[in-house]
Amino acid sequence: MTGPSLMDSLFQRTLEDLIKGLRLHLVHESTFISKSLDEIRREVRSPDLDTKAAAVQKVTYLRSLHGVDDSFAAFPAVELAASPRFRHKQIAYLAASVSFHSATAVLLLLTNQLRKDLNSSNEFEVSLALQCLSVVCNLDLARDLTPEIFTLLSSSKQLIRKKAIATILRVFGEYPDAVRVCFKRLVENVESSDPQTVSAVVSVFCELASREPNSYLPLAPEFYRVLVDSRNNWVLIKVLKIFANLAPLEPRLAKRIIEPIGEHMRRTGAKSLMFECIRTIVTSLSDYDSAVRLAVAKVQEFLVDDDPNLKYLGLQALSIVVPKHSWAVVENKEFVIKSLSDTDPNIKLEALRLVMAMVSEDDLSEICRVLLNYALKSDPEFCNEILGSVLATCSRNVYEIIIDFDWYVSVLGEMTRIPHCQKGEEIESQLIDIGMRVKDVRPELVHVGRDLLIDPALLGNPFLHRVLSAAAWVSGEYVKFSKNPIELMEALLQPRTGLLPSSIRAVYIQSAFKVLTFCLHSYLFAKEAVASSSSCAYDLESGASDSIPEKGCPEGSNLATSEALASSEQNEDFNRSFLCQSVEDNCTENDGDTLVAPGPSSSSASLNKLQFTRGSIINLLDLIKTALGPLAGSHEVEVQERAWNVLGLIKLVEQEIQDTPMQNEGKFVMEELKASEIMKLMHDAFFGELGPVSKSAQERVPIPDGLMLKENLNDLETVCGDVQLPSTCSFSLGKPHFEESSGSLFDFQKKEELEPSSESTSMLAEHRKRHGLYYLPSEIKETTSSDYPPANESKLAISVSVSDDVDYLVKLTEQSLVPKKKSNQTKPRPIVVKLDERDGVRIAANKPESKNDLISGAVREVLLGNEGIPTSSQGKHFDKLSSKTRGKEKIAIVQPLGSTGLLANAGNSELANSSPRRSKHVSHGKEKKPRSPRNNAEGCEERSYRDKKKGDHRHVKNKARQSADGGVNVVAQTPVIPDFLL
Amino acid sequence: IHFVLLISRQGKVRLTKWYSPYSQKERTKVIRELSGLILTRGPKLCNFVEWSGLKVVYKRYASLYFCMCINQDDNELEVLEIIHHFVEILDRYFGSVCELDLIFNFHKAYYILDELLIAGELQESSKKTVARLIAAQDSLVEAAKEQASSISNMIAQATK
Repeated sequence: MTGPSLMDSLFQRTLEDLIKGLRLHLVHESTFISKSLDEIRREVRSPDLDTKAAAVQKVTYLRSLHGVDDSFAAFPAVELAASPRFRHKQIAYLAASVSFHSATAVLLLLTNQLRKDLNSSNEFEVSLALQCLSVVCNLDLARDLTPEIFTLLSSSKQLIRKKAIATILRVFGEYPDAVRVCFKRLVENVESSDPQTVSAVVSVFCELASREPNSYLPLAPEFYRVLVDSRNNWVLIKVLKIFANLAPLEPRLAKRIIEPIGEHMRRTGAKSLMFECIRTIVTSLSDYDSAVRLAVAKVQEFLVDDDPNLKYLGLQALSIVVPKHSWAVVENKEFVIKSLSDTDPNIKLEALRLVMAMVSEDDLSEICRVLLNYALKSDPEFCNEILGSVLATCSRNVYEIIIDFDWYVSVLGEMTRIPHCQKGEEIESQLIDIGMRVKDVRPELVHVGRDLLIDPALLGNPFLHRVLSAAAWVSGEYVKFSKNPIELMEALLQPRTGLLPSSIRAVYIQSAFKVLTFCLHSYLFAKEAVASSSSCAYDLESGASDSIPEKGCPEGSNLATSEALASSEQNEDFNRSFLCQSVEDNCTENDGDTLVAPGPSSSSASLNKLQFTRGSIINLLDLIKTALGPLAGSHEVEVQERAWNVLGLIKLVEQEIQDTPMQNEGKFVMEELKASEIMKLMHDAFFGELGPVSKSAQERVPIPDGLMLKENLNDLETVCGDVQLPSTCSFSLGKPHFEESSGSLFDFQKKEELEPSSESTSMLAEHRKRHGLYYLPSEIKETTSSDYPPANESKLAISVSVSDDVDYLVKLTEQSLVPKKKSNQTKPRPIVVKLDERDGVRIAANKPESKNDLISGAVREVLLGNEGIPTSSQGKHFDKLSSKTRGKEKIAIVQPLGSTGLLANAGNSELANSSPRRSKHVSHGKEKKPRSPRNNAEGCEERSYRDKKKGDHRHVKNKARQSADGGVNVVAQTPVIPDFLL
Repeated sequence: IHFVLLISRQGKVRLTKWYSPYSQKERTKVIRELSGLILTRGPKLCNFVEWSGLKVVYKRYASLYFCMCINQDDNELEVLEIIHHFVEILDRYFGSVCELDLIFNFHKAYYILDELLIAGELQESSKKTVARLIAAQDSLVEAAKEQASSISNMIAQATK
C-alpha cells in the first residue's frame, strides 16, 4: 500500500508543474487539461493527504480558471478539510468555496467539519470555515450552524467577529429564522469600539435595508450616531446608503440627517464619499431645496472634471434628480449636449438619457433636431440609440408630448433616411399607430408614406422594409388623401419591390388593391355623376347607387355647377376633378367621418387634377396587369392570393370600362351599373372605418345575475393569461372587413376564449346582444375611454381571476383610482384616440416577494416584538425568543406579512407619519408599558396562532412587554425611537 | 459585489470569485461577455460599464483588468477604491506584483481576496492588517509543510 502512494507523492505533478505545462501547451490546451484531469482523478483517491491536497489544489485551479467539471473532487475536498493540518484545510476550503454550490450533495458531510472548525480555538481555522460558509451556505447549513455563528458574533477576537457578522448576511438570506436568534447581538455590534466590526455590521444592514427598509427604521438612532461620529469613509458610505433607503419612509428622519450630510460634503475630500452624499440627497432628500442645491453644485464640479468617471457619475446624478428638479439639468444643458459627442460611449449614453429626460412639449422639436443631427454624424450603434430614445420618448404615454403631429410624422420619415437607421420596426408601428389614432394627421401621413414609397434607395435596406410596409399600408388605407393615386400605384408596383420579403410584398399588393379600388370608384362615380347630371336623371342615379342620395345640399349645388360645366368637352378634366371631390366628400360621409378637415382633402382634390380619364384608368389597369401577372404564379401564398384578388377585380371591370365609350349615354348608366355596384361594395369594404375597441372592453361588461364565474376560476386564469398577453394591439390591423362582421366575429372569439366553460348559451346570446354598447360607434370614437360605463370593481377582480385576496382587490381599486387623463384636451392639439391601457400593469403588479418578506418579517418580529407573522417553525422559535428577549422594553407594531405594496405603506405610514394620530399612538404605547408583562406575553403567543391565517389585518397594535425582572437591562435603542422621531 | 474577475489583456482569466450563485454555464457566459465588453474599451474612457442590469467596475493595472460587478445603486467609486486596495495589498505581499505572480500563486491571491472581502462585502480596510493575517497563515502553512516534509523524509529514508 505504501509503495504506490509514495511513488505518487514523489512523482506527482505539483500545481506549479501543472501551470507550467498549461502555459507550454497553449495549442492543445484542452487535451492537456483532460490528461491532467485523469491524473488528478487518480491522485485524489490517494490515502496520502499531501498527494490528495496537491491534487485538490490542481483541480481547484482548473475549475476556477478553465471551468472544468470537478464534481469528482468534491468528496476528497471534504476529506481534506478534516485533516488536522492547516495547509490542507486551507486548500480544502478554497476548493469548496470555488466549486461547491448550495445544491452540492457532499455539503451534508461538510456540516460537522464546519461546526468543528467554527468552534476551533485557532482563529484562522474559524475564519476559514466562516469564509467557506459565506459562499456555500444553504438552508441546511444555515439552520444547523446558526448557534455556532451566534456565539461567534460576540467573539473576543475582532477577526472572527467581523467575519461572523459578514457571514450572517448569507445565513439570514437562506434561513430567515436565524434572525430571531442572532439579531440582537448583531445590533449590539453597531456600538462596538472596533471600526472594522462596525463596518461589517453596517454593511450587513446596508444590504438588508436595501431589500426591505421598513423594518430597520427603529435602528435609525444607531446609524445616526455612526453617521455623525465616524470618520471612516467606508463606513460612512454604507451608512449613507442605509439612510437613503430609510429617509423616504420617515420625513423627520430626513430632516435630521440633512445637516450631517451637508457637513460631510463640505468636509470630505474623498470623491467616493462625496458622490454617495450627492446620491443620497438626490434620491432620498430631493424635497430639501438647500441640500439639492448643494448637491447640484457639487455635481457641476464633477462634470467639469477631467476624470471620465466623475463625468459619468455626475451625469448619472443629474439623471436621478431631473424628474423633480429639471432646473438642475437646464443649468447644465450646455455641458450635457456637449457630452453627446464625448469619446466614451457610456457618457454619451448617459447624456442622451438626460437629454430625453428633460424634453418637454416646448423644446421637443428643437431637441429632436439636435439629436437627429448627432445621429447623422455618430457611429451606427449610438445613432440607433438616439433614434430609439427619440422614438420611445415621443411615443411615451400615447404621444403625450407631441402637439404637432404633422411635424412628428415628417420626423419619422426623416429618421428613415438616416443611413444607419435600424429602427424600422418601431417606426413602422408608430406610423400605423398614429394613422389609427390621429385623424388630422392622415394627409401628411400619406404624403410621407408616398415619399418613402417612391424612393427606390430605401428598398435596398432590409432594416427599412418594415417602414415601407407601414408606408404602403398607410397610403393604401388613406388613399383618399393622396394627391396622385396613380403615382402611388406606380410606386407600389415598381420592379424593385422584388427585393422585399414576401410578407411585405403582400402588404404592397393589398395596398395596390385599395388604391385601385379607390381609383376605379372615383372614376366610375365621377362618370356616373357626369352622365346622370347631364341626362338630368338624378333620381334614377340615386336609385342606382346608395351613396349618391346621401349627398347633402352642397353636393347638389356642386352638381348643378358641374352640370353647367359638363357641356363643354374641354373642361372635362376639371369637371372630373370637381366631381371626384364630391364623391370624396361622399365617401367620407359614408365613413361617418364628420371630422375630416375639409381643407386638405378638398385642396388635394382641386389643386392637383385628380384626372381619371379613361386612358389613365386603362393605363393603370395595364400597369397592374404587367406588374402582378408574374406574381400570380408566386410560390408565396400571401403574395399569390392577393395578386389574384387584384387581377380578378381587374378582369371584372375591365370589359365594361373598355366598352363604355361606345355606348350612348342613356345606356351607359345601365351598363355601368354592374361594375359600379361592385366597385361600390369594394369601396365601402375598404374605406369603412373600424372603430377602435379597448382591450379591456370585455371586462367592463357587467356580470349578469346568476352567472357563477367563481366556479371555474382556475380554468379562467389560464385562459385569461392567454388572451391578454399576446394581444399587443387593440386594433385589427390586417385586412379590413366589414365593420359589423369583423366586429362581432372578433368579439365572439374573445368571448369564447374568455368563457369557454360557461355552459349557458343564453349568456353568449345576451352578451352578443349587448356587445354593441362596448364597441365605440364610429361617430364618437374620438372620446377617450373614460366614456365607458364605470368599471365594475368586483367584475374586474374576478375577471382578472385571482382569488378574493383582499390585498389584491385593494391594489386594483388603487389602480382604478389612478387619476385619469383628461378626456378633452384644451390645447389645439389633434385628438389622439386612447384606449384603456392599464391591462399590462395589472398583470405585472401581482408579484409576491416571499423571501424578503420572510427576513423582514423576522426582523420586525425581533425588533419590535411583532407576533403576527406565521412561519413554519414559529412556534418553536417563539419560545426561545421570548425567553431570550425577556427584559427588554418594546413597542410592538404589528404589520401584516403579505403587505408588499399598499398595505406596507399603509402600515408604515401608521408608523411613520407625522400625523397627530401617530403621536397619540406612541404616547399611548408608552402609557401601556407598565402593564402586567406575563399576561401580555401569553396574549401574544395566543394571538400569534390565532392570527396565522389572517393576512389582511391592517390594524396597528402597540404592545409593551416587560418581564418580571424588567428594567435591569434596558436597551437604549427602543426608548430613543419616539424621542428621535418626534 | 456579485463577483470579482481578473482578466488579462489577451482575454485569459486569471482569477474568478463568485459571491452570488452562478452556474458554470452562466459563469462562462459572463466571462465571455464581459471580456468582450471591457477589453475593447479604450484607455481614456470611464471605468464603469453597465451590463445586464448590473454595473461592472473595472480598472486596468499593467496587463491585468480587475473587474468587480455591483448593483445599480452601489457606489462605483468605492468599488474602484476596493480594487485599488486589493492591488496594493497584492503588491505589498508579492513585492511589486506581476501577472506571473498571480498565475503561479493563484491560491495566495484567493486567500488575500478572502481576507479583504467576505460575502461580497469589504471587511478589512487596513492593508497592514491583511498583510499581517496572511503572514500569520503562511507561517502556519510553512510549519505544517516542514513537519510534512520531515515525515516524508523519514518515510523515504525508512523505505530505502
